Amino acid sequence: MAATAPLTLEEIRRGLSWRKQLDKVFIAVGLAFLFGCLGILAILFFDLVRDGAARFGWDFLVSFPSRKAENAGILSAAVGTMLMMLVTASTALPVGVAAAIYLEEYAPKNWFTGIIEINVTNLAGVPSIVYGLLALGLFVYKFNFGQSILTAGLTLGLLILPIIIVATRESLRAVPKAIREAAYGLGATRWEVTKDHVLPYSTGGILTGLILGLSRAIGETAPIITIGALSFIAFLPPSPVTGEFPFLNFEWLMSEFTAMPIQMFNWVSRPDQAFQANAAAAGAILLGMTLAMNAVAIWIRYRFRKKINW
Amino acid sequence: METPVNVPAEPQYRQVAPMQGEPSAQNPETPSLSIVLEDRKTARANPAKASASKLNFWYGTNQALKNINLAIPENQVTALIGPSGCGKSTFLRCFNRMHDLQPGTRYEGAITLRPDNVNLVGPETDPIEVRMRIGMVFQKPNPFPKTVFENVAYGLRLRGVSNRTALAERVEQALRGAAIWDEVKNRLNDSALALSGGQMQRLCIARALATEPEILLFDEPTSALDPIATAKIEELITELRQRVTVLIVTHNMQQAARVSDFTAFMYLGELVEVDATSKIFTNPSKKATEDYITGRYG
Repeated sequence: MAATAPLTLEEIRRGLSWRKQLDKVFIAVGLAFLFGCLGILAILFFDLVRDGAARFGWDFLVSFPSRKAENAGILSAAVGTMLMMLVTASTALPVGVAAAIYLEEYAPKNWFTGIIEINVTNLAGVPSIVYGLLALGLFVYKFNFGQSILTAGLTLGLLILPIIIVATRESLRAVPKAIREAAYGLGATRWEVTKDHVLPYSTGGILTGLILGLSRAIGETAPIITIGALSFIAFLPPSPVTGEFPFLNFEWLMSEFTAMPIQMFNWVSRPDQAFQANAAAAGAILLGMTLAMNAVAIWIRYRFRKKINW
Repeated sequence: METPVNVPAEPQYRQVAPMQGEPSAQNPETPSLSIVLEDRKTARANPAKASASKLNFWYGTNQALKNINLAIPENQVTALIGPSGCGKSTFLRCFNRMHDLQPGTRYEGAITLRPDNVNLVGPETDPIEVRMRIGMVFQKPNPFPKTVFENVAYGLRLRGVSNRTALAERVEQALRGAAIWDEVKNRLNDSALALSGGQMQRLCIARALATEPEILLFDEPTSALDPIATAKIEELITELRQRVTVLIVTHNMQQAARVSDFTAFMYLGELVEVDATSKIFTNPSKKATEDYITGRYG
């Protein structure tokens, strides 16, 4: 048969040019999809900016909500969001990192830890409203935390726990076996190896995971509506820092609050067209916050990659 | 290269000699192998620092070491040679209980450490205590991504040394001992990852020396290094013997011949033969050893 005969130079060239064409087609399709996605995000962002353009300004940032659209601002929502993120970060980070360290460094590899691992990954896919319902039953009614910043922060903390656990485990796993062996070889215990080596060397990955988790949490609306965040708040929670000893005040944890997505949701659902501009402006700011957090995550990753290069 | 004029015929060794990438060819200071071997012919074994007796080892159900009996003489260099998979690294890692880091490994028999006769692989012995007494240098240089100083100081810190001057003194001592002090004395606070491969490996030797181990284990310490860096490490190992008992695994037979006083040949998890290095390389008593060192397999 002819097929078994060696190819002539002519045939090789013809086949090669066809295969190279395919390569170019793939690049074109890939680029088209990539720019399609980025384009949609850009259009969305510019649309928000255009709609909200009239409302941007210092007044918008430092005003409380108001019945008059032109006087309304996002002060209480922005402060509420930031305090909520503080609670979320300070609860989810230690719990998530500790869980990841246990699973990665200590837990024996058997069917039981296998089930735990699968479930941790699955938790990331649970609809956020389910976390809201859990929080309503547990934090609001059972523990009597009320419709407070503490409740909201803990709820979002639960929500991003799987993200932090998965990110931490991956960056713990990236520490080479040779480094662990070096530390064990000098007579370190498991805890010493973890705290002196594995954990410091994976800080970059852990912080990146935390920030990606927080940028997911910052936009979550369903769970905090479920636990009953108010949408009209014309006061700030008590300040966390005070003038007199001990300089810290935790009353704000139990304060009622609102958050950026809630404020937006409230404005969008009003009949008055003027409020739509407020919603668009708040949306653009929220999106900007998320992008800024992602930028910080990228910067941290870059810094640590440069310092530690296996 | 010097011509070995007055050295008697050494048929086995000659067949091994013309290997490529042989470090001494590039470093004229290293005496030729035949002269080194000639010197070692009178080698006498010191009293044993550690001895393995009826040592068996399993990875799960796979038996990797079979009934090993071997004495490691004090303040001398013992080399373990053999083809890939013969169990030489496995044997080496028994000495500091590295296998305990993996589940499903099992020891049987004993490695007795003198003078206090502790069984290193006994279940009653704490593996961390063993690693505090026996240092190890690994195949690939594995410095911590910390400063040069902190790398060497880490073992001391684990032992509770926190006094700054004491630390500085012992770090310098260790770096001098590993023949790297002059190269790094002005870079103690730089990252260890900025060093060259050979410097990293000598730093790892300094890190192991800092805690004054009783035995120093080398697991193919030069397999990732170029010939010049290899020559420096080999020179260092021959000097170390005055201070510490050395056990070294090597793939490179010339290396075993150059650095060691005694050589043990292992094959398929068993110890085939152990003798003075010059004897093994010139007149081995077992056929398998001769076949291996003359390059018939492995």
